[in-house]
Amino acid sequence: MGTRKTDRPPLGVLGGLSHVALAVWALLIVAPLLWTFLASFKSNTEIFGDPLRLPGALRLDAWGRAWDTAHIGLYMLNTVVVVVLGTAGTMVFGSMAAYVLARYRFAGSRLLYYYFVAGLAFPVFLALGPLFFVVKQVGLLNSHVGLVLVYIAYSLPFTVFFLAAFFRTLPEAVAEAARIDGASHTRTFLQIMVPMARPGLISITIFNVLGQWNQYLLPLVLLAGAPDKWVLTQGIARISTLAGYEADWPGLFAALSITILPVMIVYIVFQRQIQSGLGAGALK
Amino acid sequence: MERLRTYGFVAGFLAVPLTLYTVFVISPYAQAFQLSLTNWNGYSSIVQYVGLDNFGRLLTDEVFWRALRNHGLLLLVLPLVTIVIALFLAFLLNLGGGTRGDGMRGVWGSAFYRVVFFFPQVLAVAVVGVLFQAVYRPDEDGVVNGVLARFGLEPVGWLIEPDLALWSIIAVMVWQGVGFYVVLFSAGMAAIPKDYFEAAALDGAGRVRLFFSITLPLLRDTVRVGWIYLGIAAFDGFALVQVLAGDKGEPDRATTILPITIYNTAFSYQKVGYASAMGVALFFLTVTFAVLTLRTTGRERVEP
Repeated sequence: MGTRKTDRPPLGVLGGLSHVALAVWALLIVAPLLWTFLASFKSNTEIFGDPLRLPGALRLDAWGRAWDTAHIGLYMLNTVVVVVLGTAGTMVFGSMAAYVLARYRFAGSRLLYYYFVAGLAFPVFLALGPLFFVVKQVGLLNSHVGLVLVYIAYSLPFTVFFLAAFFRTLPEAVAEAARIDGASHTRTFLQIMVPMARPGLISITIFNVLGQWNQYLLPLVLLAGAPDKWVLTQGIARISTLAGYEADWPGLFAALSITILPVMIVYIVFQRQIQSGLGAGALK
Repeated sequence: MERLRTYGFVAGFLAVPLTLYTVFVISPYAQAFQLSLTNWNGYSSIVQYVGLDNFGRLLTDEVFWRALRNHGLLLLVLPLVTIVIALFLAFLLNLGGGTRGDGMRGVWGSAFYRVVFFFPQVLAVAVVGVLFQAVYRPDEDGVVNGVLARFGLEPVGWLIEPDLALWSIIAVMVWQGVGFYVVLFSAGMAAIPKDYFEAAALDGAGRVRLFFSITLPLLRDTVRVGWIYLGIAAFDGFALVQVLAGDKGEPDRATTILPITIYNTAFSYQKVGYASAMGVALFFLTVTFAVLTLRTTGRERVEP
């Protein structure tokens, strides 16, 4: 089969059109990002001039302002702390709950599974008001601990739903063999089930990192009173509002660039894992 | 003894997740249902029950209906447009290289395209919102209008024309989302055995025919998953609308969606009871959407 040729030319009209279509979409993705990056070197008048012109000089002062006065560095650090702890917690507790609910039959196990999955049906907005008061009551308002715990709690329904499906597909024979060899339940889980579920765990970890990195609404409500604890999304939205008053547009685009660049680097380094992780995960 | 150990293990593994979930997720939801029957303002110590009054008011609340209509539009257009574009691009990427040699091949440079397409997905929505404020600027210095000006076209008020604003925002969501579904569908297409394409190509089927007769039917499950994800994503439109169109869904509430209305009612107007009633309405809509999606696509497997 390998050497047989069909009568179709390798790059006909359709092939050429494919490239045009793909290149157009790629341009649509790159253009706004590139423009933002260039705008951070422009002066105010240049930004409000012809949008297709390059900056007249390589001005770096806006980057300094974004870092110092606009606290982008602080927001970034806050975000990393919250997302790392939030995702780690979600994975630990989510996989524990999913594993038990997927592979153990006990009174109410099915009910508990539905109890967790039911969270998927509720829009976060419904809980927003009361959540504010619940977090306030436990004394965790305006704190990273509170936000992390809330992130974990809200990531659990999908994580449990997804991982339970994954753990269920793992062969019972291996677990059975481990049990006969005298492995405890915890050991079976840690040394046999978790390694076998690795593809699923990677997918859902990436999913949660992205979701929590993107989160805007929850910190908006739960960290409102502590600007020094804000996460990037909040910070950027605020800088955007301030840029309107202070007319510091280069500063805004420098702040955006500083936000985007590390993400881009991490993405380029890990793009294979990120893409295959999310792709494989969704297909399970 | 063994039985006891098993129960201990199960309880130990469930204790923390169950507590977190109950305190921070279930209890606020339960309270929201309760509050939807009150006229609580968020700070007063008196909570007055007003029965179903809040829901009665919803029926005649113009802002609510406006938000509901926009939300419905979003729920319909976003998945449809995203999936069509993503399927098209994924097909070009994976099978656009022709049928020569060892079966169907990806187009040249497909790895590069995939990396670029997917990138917006890792950007925070709030960041994308701020980015597109500049892209959509209504004068001829906006990025889009600047390009239009080169072709001698008048600047368009992307975010200030009431008839256009919501579509502009949906376009941003599509811009950001397509890459993920390209990757998703690509993975699905890669799983289709190459022989199918070779056999069909030998029988003289063109690429368009291959797409509709082989790729699409075999990709049904993946598309279905994508549709559900996008339905959920539509509910997350809050950050984008808030950043691009402000708290009230400017212009003139043309872009207001339910989450925005709920957020404002609760935190700007202090009508927590009424906002909760909107939330409850939104909940029933979500459930209806989910059930309809599962029914019409035949996926009933939420079972453990």
